[in-house]
Amino acid sequence: MFDAAPDTTAPTPLLPGESPPSALLRARGLRFDAGGKRLIDGIDIDIRPGTRTAIVGANGAGKSLLLRLLHGLIRPTAGEVLWEGRPLDREGRRNQAMVFQRPVLLRRSVLGNLRFALAVRGLAGPERKAREAEAMERSRLGDLANRPARVLSGGEQQRLAVVRALACAPRVLFLDEPTASLDPGSTHAIERLVAEAHESGVAIVLVTHDIGQARRLGDDLVFLHGGRVVETGRAADVLDAPRSEAARAWLQGRLYLDAPCRLDA
Amino acid sequence: MESFWEILGEAFGLILAWDSDLIEIIGLSLRVTLTAVAISCVIGLPLGAAVGAFRFPGRAAAIVVLNALMGLPPVVVGLIAYLMLSAAGPLGPLGLLYTPAAMIIAQTILVTPIVAALSRQVVEDYYREYAEQFDSLGVGPLDRVAALLWDARYSLLTVALAGFGRAVAEVGAVIIVGGNINHVTRVMTTTIALETSKGNLELALALGVVLLAIAVAVNGAAMTLRASAVRMAYV
Repeated sequence: MFDAAPDTTAPTPLLPGESPPSALLRARGLRFDAGGKRLIDGIDIDIRPGTRTAIVGANGAGKSLLLRLLHGLIRPTAGEVLWEGRPLDREGRRNQAMVFQRPVLLRRSVLGNLRFALAVRGLAGPERKAREAEAMERSRLGDLANRPARVLSGGEQQRLAVVRALACAPRVLFLDEPTASLDPGSTHAIERLVAEAHESGVAIVLVTHDIGQARRLGDDLVFLHGGRVVETGRAADVLDAPRSEAARAWLQGRLYLDAPCRLDA
Repeated sequence: MESFWEILGEAFGLILAWDSDLIEIIGLSLRVTLTAVAISCVIGLPLGAAVGAFRFPGRAAAIVVLNALMGLPPVVVGLIAYLMLSAAGPLGPLGLLYTPAAMIIAQTILVTPIVAALSRQVVEDYYREYAEQFDSLGVGPLDRVAALLWDARYSLLTVALAGFGRAVAEVGAVIIVGGNINHVTRVMTTTIALETSKGNLELALALGVVLLAIAVAVNGAAMTLRASAVRMAYV
């Protein structure tokens, strides 16, 4: 569930007597400035265990940047990211994994890519072999295990990137437009892997441009505009009845122009 | 004086006759050069990879120094190595002057900056692509360097080749520290210089032909290997 400015926050409905689980990942007052512009502006976010969150918005809204800030790949100009209540450090990041829009695969075989990630996590011997086998089966890339990873099709490469991330047993999986420019079959395969990961308890944070995908994979939805959260809530609610003009315009495919927030403004 | 074609004919005659002196000189040349290149790679590749992958204070200066050292004049390297290895020098007690070991040291000094500077550029390009993924996976510094060197192996082969080319064709440094002693430190380049000055052009040209053939063969093999790597998208 996400907290933005009070007038734009839609709380996640809880059952009677249910108390919200504590956040795995919490961002408070997140700000990021670059090139004289405020690209992320005062974002507060809670990611709770096992939740699925879609982050949507127009190009340049700051979606991918927000994902990198949450994953600790970039230091915020101000604000903080907490993992289980403590500042996010290398140890906290070991509980997370990220899949990028363009899969970054090593110049090795399919299996070699998996092995590298598992070795980095300190896995060896039978446990590593078991994880490798599970990932190969899950990805349905078993027949291609010894093929150079970078000669696979775009969909296969992204599938490998997803199972490589999941093989590290993350508690939060960040996905940055994982199916951009993939065909429907490949998109379905990626979404299936993400759904399976969620069923096994992994919290999903997905950046997407695809409204359908946001519905399919998002329970909660965050709409970003100009580096700010302008609307949050249950994905179906926001997508069916957006309250902000920016979200309405985006969903209707209209151009919505306003000046980016400048530091000197 | 004989014509060029007569000398060339006699040179090929020497090569085809598998002249023992010729073989000895070629063997020593390859031993010295390959050893120097191997040592340079052991030092220069990780050094270049570290400079390419890590950000640290003085990095820009380190890159400038590495690049500048690529142009070290061989005679200056030979002179420095000579001063270090001569009886009065710090390494004098080792008694390495005028031995193949001295030539290896001189060539290593010459080639290591080339390997380090070129590998820095190669690794930096790879690292630009991998950095976020490494950060995401939590790859430690040593693992990063090892992974980058492994993934860039086919590109780094070209770097090693550049070092080999520099070392095998080098004459200034090895003649100073090796002394061009017959059956001890005589290599192809120093022999070519000596035999040319003596007017023994057949042997000089025969060695020149062999030197060219080695360069072509090594580059051809590396290119073939690289082409297969390109097919597998490993470059």
